[in-house]
Amino acid sequence: MQFIKPLKFFILASLLVFPILFNQIGMSFYLDLATRLCILAIAAVGLNLILGYGGMISFGHAAYLGLGAYAVGIPAHHWLYGGLDFLATTNGFVHILIAIAISGLFALLTGLICLKTKGVYFIMITMAFSQMAYYLFVSIEEYGGDDGLVINTRSEIPLINLDDPIQMFLVSFSSLIFFMWLVHLITKSNFGLILSGIKDNEARMVSLGYNVYFHKLIAFIFSGIICGFAGVLLGNFTTFISPEMIDWSRSGELMFMVILGGVATVMGPLFGAIVFVILEEVLSSITIYWHLPFGLLLITVVLFFRGGLSSLFSK
Amino acid sequence: MQNILKIKNLNKNFGGVIATKNLNLSVLDGDIHAIIGPNGAGKTTLVSQIFGQVFPDSGQIFFQNIDVTQISEYKKSRLGINRTFQITSVMKSMTVSENIQLATDKIRENSLNFFTTFTNKNYVLEKVDFCLGQVGLIEANNQPVASLSHGDCRKLEIAMALASDAKLLLLDEPMAGLGPSETQEMIALLNKLKGKQTILLVEHDMDAVFALADRISVLVSGEIIATGEPNNIRHDSKVQKAYLGEA
Ligand SMILES: Nc1ncnc2c1ncn2[C@@H]1O[C@H](COP(=O)(O)OP(=O)(O)OP(=O)(O)O)[C@@H](O)[C@H]1O
Ligand SMILES: [Mg+2]
Repeated sequence: MQFIKPLKFFILASLLVFPILFNQIGMSFYLDLATRLCILAIAAVGLNLILGYGGMISFGHAAYLGLGAYAVGIPAHHWLYGGLDFLATTNGFVHILIAIAISGLFALLTGLICLKTKGVYFIMITMAFSQMAYYLFVSIEEYGGDDGLVINTRSEIPLINLDDPIQMFLVSFSSLIFFMWLVHLITKSNFGLILSGIKDNEARMVSLGYNVYFHKLIAFIFSGIICGFAGVLLGNFTTFISPEMIDWSRSGELMFMVILGGVATVMGPLFGAIVFVILEEVLSSITIYWHLPFGLLLITVVLFFRGGLSSLFSK
Repeated sequence: MQNILKIKNLNKNFGGVIATKNLNLSVLDGDIHAIIGPNGAGKTTLVSQIFGQVFPDSGQIFFQNIDVTQISEYKKSRLGINRTFQITSVMKSMTVSENIQLATDKIRENSLNFFTTFTNKNYVLEKVDFCLGQVGLIEANNQPVASLSHGDCRKLEIAMALASDAKLLLLDEPMAGLGPSETQEMIALLNKLKGKQTILLVEHDMDAVFALADRISVLVSGEIIATGEPNNIRHDSKVQKAYLGEA
């Protein structure tokens, strides 16, 4: 099995080259757009692992983006203003470790409960937990409450300067490639085979001797951690984090990307993110009611292109 | 020969419905032991209790002299018991060989391999070939299950059960929904396993049962009213009155 086919390679190469070229001729807007796109695509790749490959429709994955971003913002805040010395740092590796630990833990604790349910209940309860995270951050005055928290200093990583937009983009882009490859590897592994078995026929997998709940929980945690990492990048990119990033509508956008792009495919989340970012730019400049045509598009895709956008490319 | 399965005084009620009543049963190692009985007699419920999907109200189930009464379903295949279902249950969106792979102990025991696959390892490939060969589905190897006929799906289920290396297979009406020629194929297929594989065979098709079974137990309203060799059962007056007579 090939990881990426020529046409898809061409798309990835364009995504790498053109934003940098545009930036060099003074159109930095496109570089920002591409960076945001890569970060959202990483989160979509993370969500795809459970939604696409595992059939678990989580409506709360924006929470992990938020947790990851706060894992940058909160230590940076204390580093600047004091308090909680053990947490105060601008070290990027520490930020990443905190993000992984917190999003992994959040996935573990909520997953233990959510995965006891199925179908609509699962969708609702994942959303409920992410709303709890939302209200938690709204209520913490120290970190700006619902006004949000400005991240004054970006994560510091040796040899890399995230203040440089091109480096920020390159880090986001290579992280995206890394996670696409990682998820691809996982889905081709024994664990991945089992995950697709569970998606297809959970009851049968139990009678074949699999601890289905445990395997779903592991996938759920992996997925959360990938989104948490995307959150670290998002915090560094926007240098601002607010509870609004955790809102359920943000989770819906992630679902939109995965489903639009094509569930259970390597490139799907990226396609979904590309379309999302472009549509968001175009439609929101035309009307503030841009979510409506958005929804219509999603329905069209679900009805007429069962495999999402990536099915158009694989033909 | 030894008992591989021994059931003592098993009882199960669903609300007011008595599904299993004071049931005793021994299955000898190596036998094809058939359970026959009218609709609603409690055959599937018995299989589900042996497999740990339904737990009895009272009584005990011993597998190889170990009390497995309270051991739940997903641990049963590790102990060496496996079942098939009256209503076909396979992974429809996956290929035939993927279904078999998932049924092998090698994949199950290495289920937390996140970055490597065992599906291309020799012992898995050989196992898949062997099991598909046993049921005559070799050519369908890479086909999606969704494209198989109902008869082939039933064969696939047998192949999956074989792939688990189970010491005891519980087959719940493997002929259900099959046409006459498919039924003959299934009988031939199970006949090949006779003597090599211990099977508890729940089946409505009398031709199949009398062709295959070493022993037969007759279940009526949750109770076993007779157990014996096919010839004795055929001529048992209780059985004829309660069951065979009306068939
Ligand atoms: N989960 C359940 N809840 C309530 N009643 C049940 C349940 N499962 C089975 N029953 C009842 O228990 C009795 C035995 O059912 P069972 O399915 O074991 O019969 P069976 O012998 O397999 O029948 P068939 O030949 O139709 O497959 C029936 O009266 C059935 O309605
Ligand atoms: Mg039945």
